[in-house]
Amino acid sequence: MPEQLYYEDVAAGDEITPLVKQPTTRQLVMWAGASGDYNPIHYDKDFAQSQGLPGVIVHGQLLACFLGQLITDWIGEQGVVHRFSCSYRGMNFPGEALTCRGKVIKKYVEDGKHYVECDIWAENPKGEKTVPGRAIVIVPSRGAPLGDSPTIYGVSP
Amino acid sequence: MPMSLLDIEKLRGEIGVEWEPGIYEIEKGMIQRFAQAIDDQNPLWQDEEYASKSQYGGIIAPPMFILTIGFEQIQQKMTALTPGAGRLHGGTELEYYHPVRPGDTITVNGKIAQVRERQGSKLGKMVLVTFDISYKNQRQESVAKCRQLTILYQTEGTKYA
Repeated sequence: MPEQLYYEDVAAGDEITPLVKQPTTRQLVMWAGASGDYNPIHYDKDFAQSQGLPGVIVHGQLLACFLGQLITDWIGEQGVVHRFSCSYRGMNFPGEALTCRGKVIKKYVEDGKHYVECDIWAENPKGEKTVPGRAIVIVPSRGAPLGDSPTIYGVSP
Repeated sequence: MPMSLLDIEKLRGEIGVEWEPGIYEIEKGMIQRFAQAIDDQNPLWQDEEYASKSQYGGIIAPPMFILTIGFEQIQQKMTALTPGAGRLHGGTELEYYHPVRPGDTITVNGKIAQVRERQGSKLGKMVLVTFDISYKNQRQESVAKCRQLTILYQTEGTKYA
């Protein structure tokens, strides 16, 4: 169970507890089924090579979801993801360890909501940031608990 | 021979054209399969008893789950527009407004927002296609908005099955 993160506990420069993943070809198949991403470059080696790729590669959006888990594990149940973005810059291959990391850039209060902005990224075993990104989350404050409100979403589009 | 694989004018003609909306009923099993595929053990996504005592009063989907809703249709659309082109995912941007729950009905609207040409160092001529997608629930609340970047490139003429 993730512990609850409060605004007061966060400072610029803080590191998010890393999350290590080791996607297998089996996980890629599970992801294809769960996500509807059936591009054969993620499960058919011959096809992937015919497309100029070295082999089967990990789905970009699976990597995005690993980064999503990094964040939801960190912010706890009452925290919410407000914005998330990432770029799939480098290829990741099944069997390789992936380390998801993040660092707090800044925090601020706007319209009574407590925001924390972070750099996030996934790193391959060489330490290359193959999936860099950015997240803005809303977390509770000790001084202003969220109470029974089921949501602190409600930020209008 | 693969000269017509990247028909950029055809893609440009699609800019701003709204697709037929997709309507999806969210089942608990979809959320479970999603969490299991990531290997995300957070009980809020899967444990009904735990989640019922949370501030949400029941299971919710992880925020990133929404990205998979209607994603297959985007891919089919791209395959139909540019058969045989190589296709990679370039990036994802998400703004999230409301949690998604089992029993929700999500309507997905999408369109191509931008088409750009690039010269790649390894892949040669590439076309970058940006999609804008929005998601509404059965209460007409905006659940999320998302921008996806797809990279198309020329291949040796291979066709998708």
